Amino acid sequence: MPIHDQGYRHYAGQRTPHGQAWLVIARTHLMAAIKYRPFQILLLVAWGRFAAYAARIYFATSVPQAPSFFAVSPQLFQDFLSGQSIFVFLVTIAQAGLIADDRRANALQVYLSKPLTRVEYITGKLVPPMIFLLGVTWLPAMLLVVTQIVLSGSFAFLRENLFLLPAITLASFVRTLVSAFLILALSASTKSRRFVSVMFAGLTFFTAGMYQSLRAITGSRAWAAISPGDMVDVITAWVFRARTTPPVPVVVALAVVVGLIVLSVIVLERRVRAVEVVA
Amino acid sequence: MPPVVDLEGVSVRYGKNPALRDVSIALPSGAVGLLGPNGAGKSTLLKAVLGLLVPERGRMRVLGLDVRHSPLQIRRRIGYMPETDAHIPGMNAVAFVAYCGELAGLPRADAMQRAHEVLYYVGLGEARYRNVEQYSTGMKQRIKLAQALVHDPELLFLDEPTNGMDPKGRDEMLELVRDIAHNKQINLILSSHLLPDVEYTCDHVIVLDKGAVATQGPIEALKGPGGRVFEIRVKGDTAAFIAALQAAGLECHATDEDVMRAFVPDDRGAPFLFQLASQQHVQVRHLKASVPTLEDVFAKAVGE
Repeated sequence: MPIHDQGYRHYAGQRTPHGQAWLVIARTHLMAAIKYRPFQILLLVAWGRFAAYAARIYFATSVPQAPSFFAVSPQLFQDFLSGQSIFVFLVTIAQAGLIADDRRANALQVYLSKPLTRVEYITGKLVPPMIFLLGVTWLPAMLLVVTQIVLSGSFAFLRENLFLLPAITLASFVRTLVSAFLILALSASTKSRRFVSVMFAGLTFFTAGMYQSLRAITGSRAWAAISPGDMVDVITAWVFRARTTPPVPVVVALAVVVGLIVLSVIVLERRVRAVEVVA
Repeated sequence: MPPVVDLEGVSVRYGKNPALRDVSIALPSGAVGLLGPNGAGKSTLLKAVLGLLVPERGRMRVLGLDVRHSPLQIRRRIGYMPETDAHIPGMNAVAFVAYCGELAGLPRADAMQRAHEVLYYVGLGEARYRNVEQYSTGMKQRIKLAQALVHDPELLFLDEPTNGMDPKGRDEMLELVRDIAHNKQINLILSSHLLPDVEYTCDHVIVLDKGAVATQGPIEALKGPGGRVFEIRVKGDTAAFIAALQAAGLECHATDEDVMRAFVPDDRGAPFLFQLASQQHVQVRHLKASVPTLEDVFAKAVGE
């Protein structure tokens, strides 16, 4: 006598329309990441700088004799976003297993035998890092703007610097998109999340180190083009209308960033398949 | 009844290596076994039908829908149990199966309810809160079946469902597969190289060999009427005896060192075989009229 229950029932309920599977994938990953305690701590720490900057704004707006160092300017928001790079790096690293884990467990053939496209699968995997990264860049930066308005009791600063809202949004999205696409492409290239982490760290720090070395040797700042992090900083400085001289024209920085994203999409297109054909 | 899967001239290639060569088959409703030695193209056929592999040429229809134009509509109505271990990492069984249900289009609450029901059905009810990664091989086979069933498919593709299972687990899995096919009105296509599995669970069989269809049809029809296959063991010049059998128009396949099976196509029976043995001066040590099995059909089809 078999031990299994013979009581299988047919399903007569409703089914959701096509095109929503990416939401299921994204929601599941978001919930899984949020439940992981070290990741919760990382997100909390990432908001530590927000608290420090909010205190600085409070000091600048509430204490009339505060030194000019504390003055609130667009530069403050640019500095905040640039300073969040370390948390962008750590939050991105935490997403290293997004596709690598699926490849290790042969989950791609489970996913792609369901009614969802590869684009839906990739979108579902892209959304969690995007949300987390925007959560440590765009969201706190925007809240800093709100803090300034609330504490000063006036819209004057925002009215004078109306470009801040699109600048924060654009700078955050560029930073987020590059990191999310890169980690996803690396994650799709291997079955080991550790290897993905090492590769991403290498891509971040090795390229920056190479730039500094080549700059020291050749004296040219144009080598910054090999460092994605520096290219994102160039774009950030440009959208914040910073007066510093960029190491490369912003067009070059944009081309590098777009190139990296296109390269990532190509890798994803080739690697996210249910069947690996080894010819 | 229209065929559940209809293939016309399908060819699939891995690089330069052909995996399927001009396959044209119509799989009827019910339980169909896909048989063939390793590398025959069984898994490739399933993956092509699922739309996971793009064929070089040919046309494929599943449940009346064109695979090329309606892959998502098809996948919503089918379930696939892959051959290799496959799960979503970091999930327990009920979360995994419910997640698969949601991916297949079930609302969240329904997917969770179905996950519990299906896990009980496949015999994992007590272990449903354990992480899938801690499951034994047999349990992993069952969870793969559960994720394929959770959205109540009309057609189920099972790729080697008893791989790596112990005898008791294998029997239970076969019982489940048989129950699904014969009592739950779910069409299924079972790919296996294990003939007894297919013979026990399926009504029809398609034998693939080297990427082409070797034979197909209802198992009973392929086996033919009983009593015309003889298992023979002789002592003497075995080669000469086999040659004599073949010269007399009988098919003969060696199944062991000194055991052979002779297919007798007409009403000539044991006396004829004794007569041939006598002519060839060999001793008949064992002669048994046996009921033709799927093994005979398979051996005949792939020439083993």
